[in-house]
Formats: sequence, structure tokens, C-alpha cells
Amino acid sequence: MSGDQESFAAAWAQLPENLGWHVLLSLTAIALGVAISLPLAIFSARTPYLRRPALAFASIVQTIPGLAMLALFYPILLGLSAFTKARFGFGFPALGFLPALAALTLYSMLPVLRNTITGLAGLDRAILLAARAVGMTRSQSLLSVELPLAAPVILAGIRTAAVWVIGTATLSTPVGQTSLGNYIFTGLQTENWIFVLFGCVAAALLALAVDRLLGLAEDGLARRSGVRLAASALGLSLIVVASIYPLSHAAEKASIVVGTKSFDEQYILGSLIERRLKNAGFATTRRDGLGSTVIFDALSHNDIDVYVDYSGTIWFDDMKRRDLPGRSELLKQMARWLKNEKQIGFAGALGFENAYAFAMTSEKAKALHIRTLSDLASYAPRMKIGGDFEIFSRPEWRSVARAYGLSFSIERQYQPTFMYRALLSGDVDVITAFSSDGRIAQYGLTLLGDPRGALPPYDAVLLVSPAHAADQRVLRALKPLDDAISLNVMQHANLEVDRDRDKRSPDEVASELDAMIASDRR
Amino acid sequence: MITLSKLTKRYQPYGKPAVLDVDLTVDCGEFVALIGPSGCGKTTILSMINRLIEPSSGVVAIDGTNIRQVDPVALRRGIGFVFQDVGLFPHLTIGENAAITLKLIGRAKREIRDRTREVLDLVRLPAASFQDRYPATLSGGQRQRAGLARALAAKPRIMLMDEPFGALDPLIRDELAGDYRNLHDSLGLTTILVTHDMTEAILLADRIAVMKEGEVLQVAPPKELIANPVNDFVAQLIESPRRRANALAAVMRPQ
Repeated sequence: MSGDQESFAAAWAQLPENLGWHVLLSLTAIALGVAISLPLAIFSARTPYLRRPALAFASIVQTIPGLAMLALFYPILLGLSAFTKARFGFGFPALGFLPALAALTLYSMLPVLRNTITGLAGLDRAILLAARAVGMTRSQSLLSVELPLAAPVILAGIRTAAVWVIGTATLSTPVGQTSLGNYIFTGLQTENWIFVLFGCVAAALLALAVDRLLGLAEDGLARRSGVRLAASALGLSLIVVASIYPLSHAAEKASIVVGTKSFDEQYILGSLIERRLKNAGFATTRRDGLGSTVIFDALSHNDIDVYVDYSGTIWFDDMKRRDLPGRSELLKQMARWLKNEKQIGFAGALGFENAYAFAMTSEKAKALHIRTLSDLASYAPRMKIGGDFEIFSRPEWRSVARAYGLSFSIERQYQPTFMYRALLSGDVDVITAFSSDGRIAQYGLTLLGDPRGALPPYDAVLLVSPAHAADQRVLRALKPLDDAISLNVMQHANLEVDRDRDKRSPDEVASELDAMIASDRR
Repeated sequence: MITLSKLTKRYQPYGKPAVLDVDLTVDCGEFVALIGPSGCGKTTILSMINRLIEPSSGVVAIDGTNIRQVDPVALRRGIGFVFQDVGLFPHLTIGENAAITLKLIGRAKREIRDRTREVLDLVRLPAASFQDRYPATLSGGQRQRAGLARALAAKPRIMLMDEPFGALDPLIRDELAGDYRNLHDSLGLTTILVTHDMTEAILLADRIAVMKEGEVLQVAPPKELIANPVNDFVAQLIESPRRRANALAAVMRPQ
């Protein structure tokens, strides 16, 4: 299976960068978490009325799902950055390292807090009394008796925290921080299971190794074995140095940052944009798999410089418009709004739409004589519908449902790959597919018509950050992409990445598209 | 000289006091035993002498100085304290345990090392074989000797002992108690010993203070206590060793 070998080689090539960032991020988060929670725990161990609130806070933090926590820190940091900029004249990047670090630091706190508090509270009263009786001050008792005696328990807490943080750090990809999660997110979207597996195994091995080494240190503390402590310290520093060292060589030059959302079409287009920019002599960096709510803010704050969005998304989500003026009028108004309100450059529409489209298997559609959404309405109450993670909470869903009186018996949310599987296996009767998806043609799905025009247009549009909106070199490099990709071409390109057999990587497909565009222009 | 005057401790503002209006003077070089049933307040009195517990009212004075005017940490460094559960620091060696107060006072390294050896030899734990061992490897009696060494290391003039021999088996208890009384005499210590064992009190102490429910009923040398107990409670308490001795004698009398 040469395809698998190629995937593996590609994954291997990315390891230094992904692992390096993963280790750097986890290490910083754990160090910061310990630096905050250790004093807090010591203070609350001595102040009983503080103990409960501190532990309760850390427990609540732990119940927030990792992905949500990471996503939450992006807007929080954006607000903070805007504040410091207005107040003190400097801002900081709200995407990438900082939000991931903040979220992971909070995650690392509970085990350290809990173990330190219980470790200190569980000490033999006679020993504490002895410490006072021999004439120790409170801090002498803490430093030379209480902390050393509680050290194994505290270290066990740090160990738990380290394993949690290393695992959760894989979720930092959607906020733009490179990590071992890049494998998992990319692999999940492009159905490259070698990538998914590679990411999981790498993260698990890292967690296991750190857990073992910290376990050795714990053992060393309990048995007062200097050899064990030294071996543990040596092993941990080896891991840190070996994985972080390659990063220093890949120091980022000033470059154009290309962002992508987390699905295959975006990876192909990201790679295509990167090619165009490189051809024009720019250094480029990729920020892949960004959350779709994060990415627009990231662009408007210059955290990324170029990405492809869809007109309907901006119209509804960012412009908060609810009317539908028609495809070209909508594009015109959107471009004006981007320029005037956000100083974002509009570098043209690529030439295809990736719209929400209701799809059914052709057998079922034929059997029930369903051709449009109007036909679907009477069957809907007995049908199950599958959608992506966003659709059922989006305004266009409400407007379509209202326009046709649609109400389904069950609404299920899927990661797009699995949504198509669910439709084919009959788990759901209808899905909200994406019109540019190659799988529509591959599986021979029937797209239902929208005679009342309730679904908005979703033209793929090329957006440029305020910092480069007037940069003629950038605009010239992107110009050939304007109206260069038809729906057919995009569907075909997506299919090459999505299909089960003879899969190709987004980069390969992008290079073909690039060649095709170049020859069209000639 | 230790003087307790009108010493009172209430743990709850309106509850029964743990210690009530205790007056007691312990002379320099004297060995006084505080005796009474559990919960009679003897440990509380001991703890108020080195300010592990602060009194609700009344005064403790050492050589005429009210100890309220002395920094509690400095005060404790100058008083040896020994407990029943010893409280050796399990992460430190016997040598390090014994040296702890000297270290806290900031003595020179060399002096600490010499004094540690000396004090371990004094309590009959030869430094050569014991100073590098950890408390967990010692027997109960050895641990109590190490606790004694820790209390004596900084050459205190006053020793407070809270049932130090209570948890040991009888042979070791007698041996250690005898050793301590010799140290008390040879080092010229002033000792207050808390115990609930009247035999121990009679054999070791110069004077015995009998306590009940927070109050001192009688303070007197053992012989006087036996001759003139102030009430039935004291009489009963002081009689108990004799009763046991008689019973023992009856059993052991040759047929």
C-alpha cells in the first residue's frame, strides 16, 4: 500500500514541528500551572475558608470541555489585547500559543491544587507539633518539614496534570496553535486514518514517557533515592531539549500567514494560495484547521493574512444580515462592508459556491417523489436529518425551516465525513450537504431544489487581512485565482482527497489545480 | 524558676475551663511531675509554658519574666520539649533531627556536628551507628532517645515532657526513665513531666502536682503526699502503686 507509506512519510516529515510545539506548549502550561496552584494550595491549606472555593473553582474548570475552553480563550484574549492596545499602546496575538497556553494552564491546576492541599492536610499532627516545639517559624516548618513530607503526593498531582495537559494539547489546533493535534484534525477531515493514528500514538507515547519519568521521580522522592531523581530529571530534559531544539531552526521569518478552516476543500485552497504566494516570492506560513468562528476575527486582527470564506457565512455571521438580496448584490454589499467596516481586502470570488444543500440518496428521493424542499415538507416529521456541527443553530436553518414548514423528528450532528456515511447507511434520511463536495457526485446523491430561494448563496471568496489589503504584490499574486475554479472542478478536486481509494493529498491536488489555472490563463 | 499564677485556659468562651486558676512554682533544678486522669488539663498547662497554647488569663513567668513578652519562636528554641509520639521528622536522619534546633539558632556547622555527636552519645544512641539512620529504622525506645537528644541539643535549662515514656514497654520505660533522671541531675535541668502513671511520678519527681478537672488539688513531695493526702481522690491515686505492689508481692511470695 504505497499510499499509506506516503502518508506515513508525510506525517513523519511534520513530526519535528508538531512535536516541538506540543512539548513547548505542554511544558509551559504545566510550569505555569504549578507556579500558580502551588502557592494557592499552600495558602488555602492554611486558610480553611479558602480551601473549598479554590477546589470548587478548579473542579468547575475541569468540567468545561477542552475544545470549548480553548475556543473561549480566543475572544477573551482578543478583548484583552484590544484593551491593552487602547490603554497601554501594545497588543498581543490572540491566536495560537497564548489562548492554548491559558486554557491548558487552567486545566493543569486541579490535580496540583487538590494533591497539594490533601498532601499538606494529611500530615501527622505530632510532626507538625514537633516542628513548632523545636522552634520553627511557620515558613521554616513549611519549607523544611511540610513540603518535603508532602512532596511525593504533590508530585503525583503534577504527574496527573502533565498527562492531562499533553492529551488536551492536541485540541489546540483549532485556535491556531500547531501541535500533535494537527495530525488528528487534518486526518479526520481528509479521512486519512494514518494521520489520525500517527497523531494519537505520538501524543500517547509522549504522555506515557512523561508519566513514567515523573513516576520515577516520585519513587525517588519517596525512597530518598538521588539516582532515581537524577535519572528522571535527565530523561525529562532530554525529551524537552530534543523536541524543542528543531523549532529554533525553523524560526519564523516575516511571512504571509495562510489560514484554513477544518475541512478538505479549505486545505486544498490553502495549499493553492500558498503556491501562488510562493511563486510571487513570499515566505508563507500555514495556520490550518481554525474554528470557523475564530478565523474571521483572526483575519481582521492580522493574526492570519489570507483565507477563503463563503459569502453567506459572512453575511449572516459577521454582518448579521437576515435579508437575501440575490447572489451578485450580496457579494457587492459584502465587499463594501468588509472594506469600510473591517478594512479587510476582498480579492475576488473563486468562481464556485459551497452552499448548504439538502441531499438524499437518489433511491429514496425517487421512491418518495421528492425533488424539492416543498416536496420534503410533508415527509419531514417522520424523517431524521443529519447536519454538520453548525447548521441547526444557524439563522439560515431557521429561515429555510420557516419557508417550507420543515420540522424533522430527529436532528443529528456529524463531523462531515460521518454525515455522508450516516446517509448511505440509512441512519438518517436527509442531510445538509455542501454543494461543492465531491461525494455528492460519487454517491449519486440527489440535491433538493430550493424554489422559494430560502438558502443564501455561499460564493467562495478570497479575503486579505487589513495589513495586506492594499499590498499590490499580494493582490497580484492572488489575482489569477479570481473566478478560476468552477463548481465542477472543485467537486472533482475535493473528491480526490475524500474518496476511500487512491486518495491524494491536498497538496498534490492543489498543485494540479495550480497547473490547470496557469494553462487556462495562457 | 517557672511561676504559674492564676493560669486559666478556656477553649470555649462559656464552656468548662480546661485549666482553672492554677498556681505553681517550679524551682531551678527541680523535677516536678503533673499527674491526673486524661483530660484533666496537664498537657494544656505544659503547652502554655512554651506558648504552643496561649492562656485565656493568668501569667507564666520564667525567671521573673512574663513569657508574653518573649518571642514564642525564640522561647521554644530555649526549652526542650518531648512528646509521647516523639514526632521525629521522618525525612531527616537521626543526626539531622538532633541537630535541628542548633541549625535554627544558626550555630556554625562544625559546632553543630560536634554537639550532635555529643548529645547522641549522651542519650546512649552512639553517633557512629545511629546518626545516619532514618527514624523508621529505629525501635520505639531508640526513637524516644532520639527525641530526647533533639530536645537537649541546644542545651536548654528547662525540659517539658509530655508522657514521654507512656508508649514504651516496661523494661525500656524503666531504663529510659532512670537515664533521664540522671541527665536531669547531671545537667542541672529544670523538668516538668506530665504523666498518668503514679509509680513513675513517685520514683522520678521531687514534687508531684495532682490535678483533676483543670485544677491542681495538691502539690507536695511524694512522701508528704502519701502521708497527708488532701482528699480521697489524692489518697486513692497515691495508694494505687502500693496496692499493686502488695498484690504483686502476694503473687510472688514463695509457697
